[in-house]
Amino acid sequence: MADIATEQQILDGLAEIIDDIVGIDKSEVTPEKNFIDDLDIDSLSMVEIAVAAQDQFGVEIPDDELRNLKTVKDVVNFVQNHEAAAKS
Amino acid sequence: MSKSQTRVVVTGLGATTPLGGDLPSTWSALLAGESGIRPLRWEGVEDLPVRFAATLKADPADTLPRQSLRRLDRNQAIALIAAREAWADAGFAPSRGGKPQKGMDKAGVDGGFDMDLDRLGVVVSSGIGGLHTALNSYDVYREKGWARVSPFTVPMLMPNGASGHVGIEFGATAGSHALVSACASSGEAIGYAIDMIRAGRADVIICGGTEACIHPLQMASFGSMRALSTRNDEPERASRPYDKNRDGFVLGEGAAVMILEREEHARARGAQIYGIASGAGYSNDAYDIVLPEPTGSGQAKAMQRALVDAGLEASDIIHINAHATSTPAGDVAELASIKAGLGEEVAAKVVVTATKSMTGHLLGGAGALESIFTILALKEGLVPFVANLEDLDDEADLDIVRDEPRKLPDGPAAALSNSFGFGGHNVSVAFERAL
Repeated sequence: MADIATEQQILDGLAEIIDDIVGIDKSEVTPEKNFIDDLDIDSLSMVEIAVAAQDQFGVEIPDDELRNLKTVKDVVNFVQNHEAAAKS
Repeated sequence: MSKSQTRVVVTGLGATTPLGGDLPSTWSALLAGESGIRPLRWEGVEDLPVRFAATLKADPADTLPRQSLRRLDRNQAIALIAAREAWADAGFAPSRGGKPQKGMDKAGVDGGFDMDLDRLGVVVSSGIGGLHTALNSYDVYREKGWARVSPFTVPMLMPNGASGHVGIEFGATAGSHALVSACASSGEAIGYAIDMIRAGRADVIICGGTEACIHPLQMASFGSMRALSTRNDEPERASRPYDKNRDGFVLGEGAAVMILEREEHARARGAQIYGIASGAGYSNDAYDIVLPEPTGSGQAKAMQRALVDAGLEASDIIHINAHATSTPAGDVAELASIKAGLGEEVAAKVVVTATKSMTGHLLGGAGALESIFTILALKEGLVPFVANLEDLDDEADLDIVRDEPRKLPDGPAAALSNSFGFGGHNVSVAFERAL
């Protein structure tokens, strides 16, 4: 079985992607933050972040799922659940 | 006519060009006769017929953060840099970087003069638009598939993108426009901005032009037209308007932006006034998609119409910043047009320069950059000289500035900046010295 990233590793990886794409400091990216209301990330940037996350974690995020991922924690959970499914 | 109508003044200037990362450095390099033309260092450049261009002196990445550059085409990034310089130069408070922030006003209104953003407009042109974006995104598509194409590709490649970004940056809600007419684009942008203020649609316009399309495809396309100089062994001497040995233009990149303002508005806030944007004249050759109409009557009409629009007499014109791109046919044809447009007697006294000899040809950015040079020449009473003019063409029989900058007389003075574009577009913009 391949290594499954821990919740903290996913969070760190996501924070790095967000910093790289929209320039928000990694310390701002905490689980409860809402992408639109708290981090001020627009929908096109979310598409970029999702694509980068797919590349990094090897988990496809379909468009209709992406719409439901409102917070940082939502993405972390999504990746964790699907990563486990993909690699177990 | 126009003597009784609203006067439009120039209150701020900005540019990033092959000669400098801002306008002061550009202007001093221009007066010194420096060249902004350099060899290209691309992989595979040896296969191109032309291996040099007038590339930007300052890297936009020195000014803008990496994250902004991910979603701005190069032409948009440099338009933003030039617009910020012009805005600050006009005495307005710095913008907040263009991002509408919750619970706060948009950019540009805090701290300094309280600009009514519904009276602030933008007219920023690009002749080509986001060529780098279009081509790079196509490469990504072919190599990695559609899902990896940036979701910002469309706003980055559209030619109105620069105008849109400048509008967001400063919160300008009176209107945002991007006139596209090849190398006449930003001359037309200034004319349109003057009209917006005269028509009462705005008090202040951020206007100008931008271009950044130095890409192998452009070198190949213009090269295939035989339009470019091929002086590969001496790039800095390749752009030589009016010289007998000129052999084509040199592609350049850069952005130039000015703040135009209703005169009463500028005076009420105590703004510095560089000069008066007096009017613009247009014509269409309706002849050939790339060749200028051979008698030059279209160009002459544009100059005459600029005089009418500005309420000036031909004899008021003491200086012309010519379109003069260093092509064998175009340079001298324009001189004939100046004679036809202003009359032989006036034309003989007009001080003519061709600054593309140093900046290269900025296409959609050229009209605005050369308009700024025209304004500064009137204000400082000093006209830059034509670089690389060693052996004057026999047909170049007007007063062309050579060897050193030329002093202009004091007192009332007006000048024209000419721009002509593929498609047949001719525009001439008139400026007057503020006394």
